[in-house]
Amino acid sequence: MNAAIEIQHLSKRFRLYKEKYTSLKERVVHAGHLPFEEFWALKDIHLDVMPGETLGILGRNGSGKSTLLKCIAGILQPTSGQILLRGQLAAMLELGAGFQPEMSGRDNIFLNASLLGLSRKEIERSFDAIVAFAELEQFIDNQVRFYSSGMYVRLGFAVAVNVNPDILLVDEVLAVGDERFQAKCLERIHQFQEEGRTIVVVSHAADVMRSICSRVAVIDAGELISLAPPGEAIRAFRDRLIETGEAGALPGGEDEAAVVAAGQAAAGGSGAKAPAVVHGERRVAVTDCRLELPSPDREYVFPGESVTIVVDLKVRSRIANVAFGCSIFGQNGGLLFDCDSTMLGDQFDLEEGACSVMFQFQEMPLLDGRYTVNIRVQEGGGGVVHALKEPAATFEVVNPGKATGVVALPFAVHVKTQRPDG
Amino acid sequence: MTTMIPTRDRGDLPQRVVSAKVSLRHRIADIWGSRELLGFLVRKELKVRYKNSVLGFLWSFLNPALILIIYYVVFKYFLHNATPDFALFLFAGLLPWNLFNNSLLTSSGVLVAHAGIVKKVAFPREILALAQVGTAMCYFFFQTCILVIFLAGFQVVPVFRYVPLLLFAFVCDVILSAALAIFLSAVNVYLRDVQHLVEVLLVALFFSPPTVYAFANLTKIMHDHVWFKWVYESNPLMWIVVSFQRCLYGNVVPPAGKLIKNLSPVVNGHLQPYQVLPTWGAVPYWVGLGGVFVGSIVLLLLAMLIFGRVEGNFAEEL
Repeated sequence: MNAAIEIQHLSKRFRLYKEKYTSLKERVVHAGHLPFEEFWALKDIHLDVMPGETLGILGRNGSGKSTLLKCIAGILQPTSGQILLRGQLAAMLELGAGFQPEMSGRDNIFLNASLLGLSRKEIERSFDAIVAFAELEQFIDNQVRFYSSGMYVRLGFAVAVNVNPDILLVDEVLAVGDERFQAKCLERIHQFQEEGRTIVVVSHAADVMRSICSRVAVIDAGELISLAPPGEAIRAFRDRLIETGEAGALPGGEDEAAVVAAGQAAAGGSGAKAPAVVHGERRVAVTDCRLELPSPDREYVFPGESVTIVVDLKVRSRIANVAFGCSIFGQNGGLLFDCDSTMLGDQFDLEEGACSVMFQFQEMPLLDGRYTVNIRVQEGGGGVVHALKEPAATFEVVNPGKATGVVALPFAVHVKTQRPDG
Repeated sequence: MTTMIPTRDRGDLPQRVVSAKVSLRHRIADIWGSRELLGFLVRKELKVRYKNSVLGFLWSFLNPALILIIYYVVFKYFLHNATPDFALFLFAGLLPWNLFNNSLLTSSGVLVAHAGIVKKVAFPREILALAQVGTAMCYFFFQTCILVIFLAGFQVVPVFRYVPLLLFAFVCDVILSAALAIFLSAVNVYLRDVQHLVEVLLVALFFSPPTVYAFANLTKIMHDHVWFKWVYESNPLMWIVVSFQRCLYGNVVPPAGKLIKNLSPVVNGHLQPYQVLPTWGAVPYWVGLGGVFVGSIVLLLLAMLIFGRVEGNFAEEL
């Protein structure tokens, strides 16, 4: 089967002007020297989108994902390479682009749909469906400038989805409108998928990608760094974020912050609960902390797999009655789980020298994300914290399934048919 | 986990290629494919232009009528233009001029004015400039309606033999306007001066064809300076305007044998009978207009080539 979209070695160069000279005088005055820098927004992108597939393009701001979409839509011309499109295409880059505030909703539907490539006949045929979808039956002959912003966006979306394209391009427009309308939009996207249309969605929201895409292309600095099923691609995206130190949610710096002052600091202002701390006099330090994962060839776990955290300690002098605590934080710093060994009824005495402690989690029922682990050594009864390592380690969960959220809950759906009696 | 995706019938899906170079043939095909959009854009222009004004659509008639009255008063009474039925003469020349003028005045800024859709929607952008020409054509037809009333008022019948010439001149006028509109709209994205320059140039160009003066006024200068004749006759607007006048005004009889000083041409020291229009037969009109037609087509193709070269950066430049 032929691909619906063939992107062949696509590159796009922008000129970044330090200052824009658009008047004759300025052009003459500044003739000769070029007041711009070249910037490659896309570098040799090569990928195929198969018919019926929903491809997500994921990337942070300025990565080139929207440029790629605009190239596919034909709004920007590539500098080199080409894109082959099979089928009618409609792009939703901005809802209601080109609406004329002075004209009625009716006239705007015709103009806008025509801009998107519909013929007059087709517009007349789908006119009622558009009006019904936008829920604007009463106001369709009013000037658009009297519309509320919600009505405006609804009309824009209604026109775009009723264009009936073979290929639909969507650029973060799903984030508009109220919750009910968003649900309606998603429903329409799913309907498109069922009808076997090709969809390309651009977003920086990994969750959206997971729930609707069959494959995700990750673009960073104009390069295609991953093209894979959502779980794997999102992981690549997150890795890139971490590499470049932009994963704002992740605490940085792994130096031996062991004996930092206190609980408030331990909580990191993230609102997490921390034990009341007056810590002791550095009698113990965390020297190393590592993870043991079930599969040696994967650096991540699947939801429900086991995770073991191994902590090496250096004990400078004997301490009696200590407990080991561990907290797990989510991506945005929120506390997900906190425990210590006293909860299990265990108390330990530490002898001078080295020792290692293992925290074993038989199951890690979490969904996608990189999670941070803090380790502490504290007095058995609470209160004094002898050592604190934050972050001690991070681990990653990659979810091959479609569920989104934080917790991997096992679930099943049953239907029980009620038979009428007699 | 795989889901069966029902594939739709993909027998004859339209194919499209996005690349750095698009052939002229494709561009023309794209524009032809968007002709309905052109219609909607023209309707939009007509609806929006006089929206919220008290007289509304009436302005599209009123505007040219008022301009005509101003020119008439100024040239007839202030400057003593002795052309018989001067109002009709003026109208015959203003008609094709207004088409040209309205097209260029609005189209040079059209891409900048529609930056919102140029940046967000893919369609052949020439359509925006062409819609301005289309709108000017609509006004042309409104004005033709007024002209019919004028002809009835003056009890003048057009020269029917020259109606094909008039239609040909109209076609030339449209193509020439479209060529310049496409070119200027593209250049204006990069050099915003163009919009303002065009306004001034159009004022100068207004006097280049014999619209407010008679062609005959120039006979002496043309006779004395051949280079002027060449320059003057290479002006496509001149050919278009005189063709309109020949058809619409050709039956107005100059006052028989009446010699008017300073207006009647002097040849070999003798005053000749006053002729408002050029004294050529039909052939020079057709030859001249033929040249304009060919030139306009070449200009149009050139304009589209240039437009195609710079179009790729519109979305960035706006």
